[in-house]
Amino acid sequence: MQERQIMNHEDVRRALARVAHEILERNRGAEGLVIVGIHTRGVHLARRIAANLAEFEGIEVPVATLDVSLYRDDNRVRSQSHTKLQPTDIPMGIQGKRVVLVDDVLYTGRTIRAAMDALVDFGRPQQIQLAILLDRGHRELPIRADYVGQNLPTAFNERVKVRLIETDGADEVALIFEDLEVPEESPEISKDEQEA
Amino acid sequence: MSLSRTIETPEIIGAQDPKSAPRKHILDLDDYSREEITDVLESARGMKEVLGRDIKKVPALRGKVIVTLFYEASTRTRISFEEAGKVLSADVINMSASGSSAEKGESLLNTGLTIQAMGVDTIVIRHPHSGAPHLLAQHLDKVSIINAGDGLHAHPTQALLDLYTVQDKLGSLEGLKIVIVGDVLHSRVARSDIWGFAKMGAKVVLSGPATLMPLDLMRTSKSIARSPFASLVEVDTDLDRALEGADVVMALRLQQERQKAGFLPSIREYIRRWQVTDSRMELARPGAMVMHPGPMNEGIEISNSIAHGGSSVIEDQVTNGVAVRMALLYQTTIGAVQES
Repeated sequence: MQERQIMNHEDVRRALARVAHEILERNRGAEGLVIVGIHTRGVHLARRIAANLAEFEGIEVPVATLDVSLYRDDNRVRSQSHTKLQPTDIPMGIQGKRVVLVDDVLYTGRTIRAAMDALVDFGRPQQIQLAILLDRGHRELPIRADYVGQNLPTAFNERVKVRLIETDGADEVALIFEDLEVPEESPEISKDEQEA
Repeated sequence: MSLSRTIETPEIIGAQDPKSAPRKHILDLDDYSREEITDVLESARGMKEVLGRDIKKVPALRGKVIVTLFYEASTRTRISFEEAGKVLSADVINMSASGSSAEKGESLLNTGLTIQAMGVDTIVIRHPHSGAPHLLAQHLDKVSIINAGDGLHAHPTQALLDLYTVQDKLGSLEGLKIVIVGDVLHSRVARSDIWGFAKMGAKVVLSGPATLMPLDLMRTSKSIARSPFASLVEVDTDLDRALEGADVVMALRLQQERQKAGFLPSIREYIRRWQVTDSRMELARPGAMVMHPGPMNEGIEISNSIAHGGSSVIEDQVTNGVAVRMALLYQTTIGAVQES
């Protein structure tokens, strides 16, 4: 197993700053926005984007958190710890709001599909946009991101690992090659891959 | 296969660490680690958020079938499991012994095999005999078994909702003093609660008439082999003394149908010495909470004013029970990735 660094701390910082600027540009400010982070790392990225918006525009954008486990279509779990839910907290509601969903890696698109299903159970947002730190391709659903930190074409048998200070002690995006052959099982059932 | 053995030394089926495959059965808390209990309580918090929504429905268990198989009467446990399953979009089928083939003499095992053959994913079972859920878990290979109370042995989902309720109110379970008072001898709730609270670092004190304390827990009975509980709990038949500094007081139902065997001189004596009352609660820590697994005999093990007073969390226990059972149904019914 080998690992290659794709983004370092500065790359992540610049990407999130640019994403914040693009959000402001596209929405002509931050009025009526809600940033919704998808657990686990999407929540931390959402908070950082909100901090950027506060810095650039001087406006506090509410941050909500979402656990999409109960909405997945590939809901078979690999281990005991994968059955644990994390808090979904959308205190401000999303009715009529412009929602920016935030996740670390965009891959098959199934997590985002689940997140959108979850969101509409909380109301009817005016719009849902998607911000992603890394797009690694291999979509299985017609989903694309509005804001992309970095595009990275990958092979099926490669894995992407996003590390953040809040969860892993350092900011980094790494590509992990299996030096083995192609795995037998289809990758979309692996929550590890989804979260990676 | 010896059933009596499973009662003496509970055979651990499906003991788990968090990294292993998801737990298939929930039989008792004896094989739970502290980390696993913590995970269940955290998931239950997520489930409680779902219950607080305008639309209480998530698609997590769509297409799954859950049977509640109750050989004993129940209000809250059965309805709570049914609600939990339905909020998660599972199809829930309720079956009770009366009106079923059990009345024609069908064995538990054959009933279980029949249900399994129908493609059911999870069986929630309550049975008057200790070990009945373990029997099904040993012999049915395609379904998950959840113990909703077996004989005098265990009621793990009740214990987990008790842990959740205390943690929710007091923040942490570590170092708390939990007094469980009443008919411990016949209480499967108490047995599972002892495991749960002890594993989470709380101190459990049992109180009640000596005749209703399990013999193997009494400090004086040196001749009797100690159960694994003995090191986890203290027994003090003097309730007033036991209540000193208590954070939580849990009254157990005086199972009057079992009192004909002469465990008590009279109900009046029981009320005088062991009823949880306003004046007794003053002996506990200020702000201490009162729990009861239900159904209550108000005016016997608990006074009316305490049962519905400000310190009572008895209705919270019921509410939290749905969330905890959602977490448990989700965990067992969702299904594991088949490792090829």
